[in-house]
Amino acid sequence: MSVVTATTPIRKNSGWRLFLQTVIGRAYPRVIGQQREKSWMFFEVLLPLINVAAYVYVYRAIGAPEDYVGFVVIGGAMIAFWMNVLWSMSSQLYWEKEQGNLALYIISPAPLMAILLGMAVGGMIATLLRAGAIIALGTWLFNVQYVVMNPWQLLAVFVLTMVALYGLGMMTASVFLLFSREAWHYVNLAMEPVYLLSGFYFPLKNLGFWVALGASIIPLSLGLDAMRQLAFRSGPSLGFLSVPLEIGILSVLSVVFLVAARWLLKTLERLAREEARLTENRR
Amino acid sequence: MTTETHLDDLAIKTEALSRIYKIRGAKKGEMRERVALEDINLSIPRGELFGLLGPNGAGKTTLIKILTTLLSPTRGRAWVAGFDVVRESDKVRPRINMVSGGETSGYGLLTVRENLWMFAQFYGIPSRQAHQRIQTLLEMIGLADRANTKSSDLSTGLRQKMNIVRGFMTDPEVLFLDEPTLGLDVQAAREVRAFIRRWMDENPSRTILLTTHYMQEAEELCDRVAIIHEGRILACDTPDHLKQEVQHEAIFQLLVETEQPLNSLALENLPGVLRLHHQWMNGGLQLEISLAEEGVLPLVIGELERQQAHLRSLQKRQPSLEDVFVQLVGLRMEEVERERGNGYHPNTQE
Ligand SMILES: Nc1ncnc2c1ncn2[C@@H]1O[C@H](COP(=O)(O)OP(=O)(O)OP(=O)(O)O)[C@@H](O)[C@H]1O
Ligand SMILES: [Mg+2]
Repeated sequence: MSVVTATTPIRKNSGWRLFLQTVIGRAYPRVIGQQREKSWMFFEVLLPLINVAAYVYVYRAIGAPEDYVGFVVIGGAMIAFWMNVLWSMSSQLYWEKEQGNLALYIISPAPLMAILLGMAVGGMIATLLRAGAIIALGTWLFNVQYVVMNPWQLLAVFVLTMVALYGLGMMTASVFLLFSREAWHYVNLAMEPVYLLSGFYFPLKNLGFWVALGASIIPLSLGLDAMRQLAFRSGPSLGFLSVPLEIGILSVLSVVFLVAARWLLKTLERLAREEARLTENRR
Repeated sequence: MTTETHLDDLAIKTEALSRIYKIRGAKKGEMRERVALEDINLSIPRGELFGLLGPNGAGKTTLIKILTTLLSPTRGRAWVAGFDVVRESDKVRPRINMVSGGETSGYGLLTVRENLWMFAQFYGIPSRQAHQRIQTLLEMIGLADRANTKSSDLSTGLRQKMNIVRGFMTDPEVLFLDEPTLGLDVQAAREVRAFIRRWMDENPSRTILLTTHYMQEAEELCDRVAIIHEGRILACDTPDHLKQEVQHEAIFQLLVETEQPLNSLALENLPGVLRLHHQWMNGGLQLEISLAEEGVLPLVIGELERQQAHLRSLQKRQPSLEDVFVQLVGLRMEEVERERGNGYHPNTQE
């Protein structure tokens, strides 16, 4: 009879090590697992590309400036992140609850914030793969020309957009702790208008100043606007606000979303514990 | 004597613990209350395998949820491994783990080994050590050959073995098992029980709180058993002591053949007959009858003859926890569950 389990006491890290391990652990199924079923290449790269192609042909048919083709490719790639945030961040805690994972996360010593961060990082990496494929294929298929004067600024904008976007995802995820089945509807509700408001396929400026300003609460809108300005010849003339200003707003949004996520998570977790909503529905 | 002085030796302690659920009534805006736990006082020393036995809806899962920091008590307090589950939940969590029957945790795209490794990360166990431990436990429970199978491809029994490894691998001071053998076939259930017993025997400081509604499981596995019904603990002792309560009764199993329906009331009303339970079994009627003493038996047989029921077999039975439950509640556990299934909720109030 084995006595191994009795004789080797196990070491358990705490503090920042535990936090880091949790982030990596929760990111793992997204980074590794999600690539196992090869069907993602069809559903998450080819289908979006077909969508992009439709816009490309429309723009070409009406004789729009060639840069618009590039806008569409970039927009098509960034939509992947938005879909990921909606389906795999915001509503995720609801699914985790139904599956029984949430209860196990909560009873573990891992901070829930680290779980959320792991979900975000994992989702971001998996989506980066898809978005990268969309950009590479789109650029090649439609012969997109980029003019990048300031690659570091472009990188900074992209990173900030990601932080703000996934921060928003973490924030809404905690709200979903309190939801049950209706969670589904809210996600659907958020999907379509955002396509329009964030200017995935056309410059944000076209919406008019006030609508564009309102849309800026969605980090993708400003992020995309700044990226267009930084990557295309005609970009600057079509920009909504100046790039430095957009970077400033994105930074503020990042901080606000992350702080709010932390606070909401704490508060709503407590509330959910009192109202018996941390576990799947009454059995 | 304050609770603090002896909390150190106790794995679990509860004081007047109660939980009331608010549920939506039939009418709009109407709220009802359901008392799931009422005034639970438990002291479970370290090293004990403690069983919570009760029918559906007794409050077993509710109690586990409170003790594992998933649910707030409505009243009362509880300590696990010496820490208050509400105020010091961060100290409780590194010391506990939980496995539930029929659990579907983890991610189907990951293999058994990967799923387990992931959960080990949430406890801060370094990767190398986690992998060693997972391997050892997989071998112990007989799942090592499936370590690289995607968890979505596992059968219910194998999946539950994976869950068991998940719960045990963090070497918790206090482990909560909520109906760990639920839905398993006889063989798998037996293996899981053997694993649990073995794990307890390896280290005398380990504690398990296990819920079940299988009498036999409680009897076979647990050092002490609490019988819980409608949110209250009715009795709490070792299985032997509990059974001694009904030891003075003589319990017989009779198989009879009869043409016409049996008048069971006439049997129950015989002096010295304490309880009677009957059910149809392939062609015959099985009677289970508790008597104040053996001497009452001839009376029973006489009454059966008078009703023209022919005795086919007769057997004296040792008392079981089922008899204890019947004595405490007045119904067999399955009868309680059948009534609940019909929408009967004794503990719901406006
Ligand atoms: N979230 C909830 N909201 C409202 N009522 C609940 C909730 N969870 C449980 N209940 C009710 O509380 C009572 C106790 O339920 P609990 O799940 O603790 O019982 P149990 O002993 O675990 O039963 P089972 O053997 O079916 O698992 C039941 O009447 C149940 O219907
Ligand atoms: Mg239960």
